[in-house]
Amino acid sequence: MRITSKILALCLGLYLALSATALAADDGFSEVYTYNYDYWGELRESPNAYRAEQVIYSTTLGLETPMRKPQSLFVQGDRLYVCDTGNNRILQLVRRNGGFELERIIDAIQGTEPAGFDTPSDVFVDQDGNLYVADTNHNRVVMADKNLRFVRDYTKPSDSTFEQSLSFLPSKLVVDVAGRVYVLSTNVNKGLVKYEADGTFTGFIGANQVKYDLWDYIWKAFLSTREQRAQQVSFVPTEYENICIDSDGFIYATNTVFSEYDLMSDVAKPIRRLNGIGNDILIKNGKHPPIGDLQWVEGTLDYGPSKFKDITVLDNDIYVAVDRTRGRLFGYDSQGILLWAFGTKGNRVGAFMSAVSIEHMGTDLLVLDDDECAITLFSPTDYGNLIYRANDEYLRGQYETSADTWREVMKLNANYDPAFIGIGRALLREEKYADAMAYFKMAHDRTNYGRAYRYYRKEAAEKHIIWIALAIAALLIVPLVVQRFKRIKMEVQADERRKAAGFKS
Amino acid sequence: MNAERLPVSSRSAAVPAQGWKRYFATLRYGTYVIFHPFDGFWDLSHEKRGSLAAANTFLGLFLLTYVLRLMLTNFQFISAPVQYINIYEQCASLLLPFLVLCISNWSLSTLFDGKGRFKDIYMAMCYALVPYILIQLPLVLLSHLISFDEYAYYTVLASISVIWCLGLAFVGLMEVHDYSAGKTVVFLIATIFGAMVILFLVLVFFSLLSDAVGYFVSLYREVVFRLY
Repeated sequence: MRITSKILALCLGLYLALSATALAADDGFSEVYTYNYDYWGELRESPNAYRAEQVIYSTTLGLETPMRKPQSLFVQGDRLYVCDTGNNRILQLVRRNGGFELERIIDAIQGTEPAGFDTPSDVFVDQDGNLYVADTNHNRVVMADKNLRFVRDYTKPSDSTFEQSLSFLPSKLVVDVAGRVYVLSTNVNKGLVKYEADGTFTGFIGANQVKYDLWDYIWKAFLSTREQRAQQVSFVPTEYENICIDSDGFIYATNTVFSEYDLMSDVAKPIRRLNGIGNDILIKNGKHPPIGDLQWVEGTLDYGPSKFKDITVLDNDIYVAVDRTRGRLFGYDSQGILLWAFGTKGNRVGAFMSAVSIEHMGTDLLVLDDDECAITLFSPTDYGNLIYRANDEYLRGQYETSADTWREVMKLNANYDPAFIGIGRALLREEKYADAMAYFKMAHDRTNYGRAYRYYRKEAAEKHIIWIALAIAALLIVPLVVQRFKRIKMEVQADERRKAAGFKS
Repeated sequence: MNAERLPVSSRSAAVPAQGWKRYFATLRYGTYVIFHPFDGFWDLSHEKRGSLAAANTFLGLFLLTYVLRLMLTNFQFISAPVQYINIYEQCASLLLPFLVLCISNWSLSTLFDGKGRFKDIYMAMCYALVPYILIQLPLVLLSHLISFDEYAYYTVLASISVIWCLGLAFVGLMEVHDYSAGKTVVFLIATIFGAMVILFLVLVFFSLLSDAVGYFVSLYREVVFRLY
């Protein structure tokens, strides 16, 4: 009796302990929340790099008319601008004491006609507080000073390079330090429309390249009939999805129109970094190109490649892109190596129904959901901060401290390839080649391993130069000696034979 | 015209009649074949200078080389997902196509006056694998001595080994069957189609077999069910 009750108590205790651990492990998401991809393209769970700090709704801000289909966010200093597209207004929020407060509602510009906006879809604010709004259905980009007085507007170029039958529908814009305005316009497929600071149109940059294969060309040019040709789509470059500008003045653009096949071979280039003449100069040193998810589960609703709705570039050149397919955020470092990925679809805190825009404030991330009309603020966890610190230290040239920070990261996540590479790089700088090789090998980093190995080989060769020389000499001399002996032996034998013959005769 | 060709025993030492000595001589003959493919493959079967034992050895070594290459090459050059690799599967995936192609070639060439017997074809194909063994085995060692920047040397040597083997296989079939080059090309293409037909027949056979077995099994079950 006593024994059975003891066993029962033990069972109960075990059950409680197990269910407690199960609860502790459950963060409320049915799938992995934060993860990374290893060398083999396998999804590896990782500690959370970001934590959803707060969610800002219309009610949080005390708005009389709630937000409707907001399309874009923009951050300048402490201020967050929300493009409340459905209500034809811009909300200006300011970050105070950790929270966001509504500072003003911008719904008109003084001194221009029409004064209001019609479906504004993007906003940009420069260092001096000048406001640029992509006023889509008024076919203009309007610029105002910080007191909302009209400065100038950027309208449809009258230039012949711009198809005059098309209407000018600016959807996204960025402004560089010199005041040049780059506009992404719906149904313009020649790239970004570029204006000088004074408002003159100066052409297009960064058009997507037209791709077609030889068979397509032959079919179109020679084999198809005129009726067939009329029904086919013409070879046109695709438009970008979104753009953003980094502190060096390079424009990051995302592209969502591509085939899955092109994605895997990195022809699609969903993320690009455009230089002044519109060439893609994004660095891709990782095993996998920056394309978001490498695998997705067959038969699920959100099946398919990641489609980047927006992108933002942090001050340390780390860029974060937001994926609309599965509501995930992907952070890449300046070398194009995935640092972390997190997020999911849903209406819990930290999940999105339809993420459309991303911005950063320092290392904090702000994500706008146009379905929930909510902005989620993410702050880096200790793990996320360690990754940033290690990166920054390496860029500043503090290789040893950087390696120590990477070791801290490794304690939290032993499956983290960038940590192995980070430690290896620091060791390489310290000329500890064999150790560096071991770390690079762990992370399957061939190029860095090869570099470390070359130094290692040189060192080893110099150290053992005598033995190597001796071995080579032995290889050369031994056959010579052997041959010599053979010849002597043969001569002796021939001599003996001759002698024997001589004695006989 | 090839039938008139003289025996080449004057060019290299004659092969001993039997025993271990013959085995080692036929093994060593592999190195002669790869450098003198036309004479070498002719004498291989016509002058009995090759042996089945040596051919089997070469095939075994080839499989061994293939596996060692996957497992031991420095990760800079081949990063095989070792955690997923099954050696037996890898060997089977090489051995089966090899044998199916040999069988297919034999079946076709027998119909179109090829001189080679199955044994001759098999031997020629095995002897054609020798360059792969001779180059790839040292390459495994070399891969640990060179760095990623010297990838080109590695690739060149590796491609040479494969191209050499393919060339030897071509010449081997030509000599074994006493075909012209053009005819050999035609027969190579036909052989590949033949191999596909064989695979198809094997699949059909096994699916029919499993159906038949299933029929008797269900019959037995039915009987057992009714009787007890």
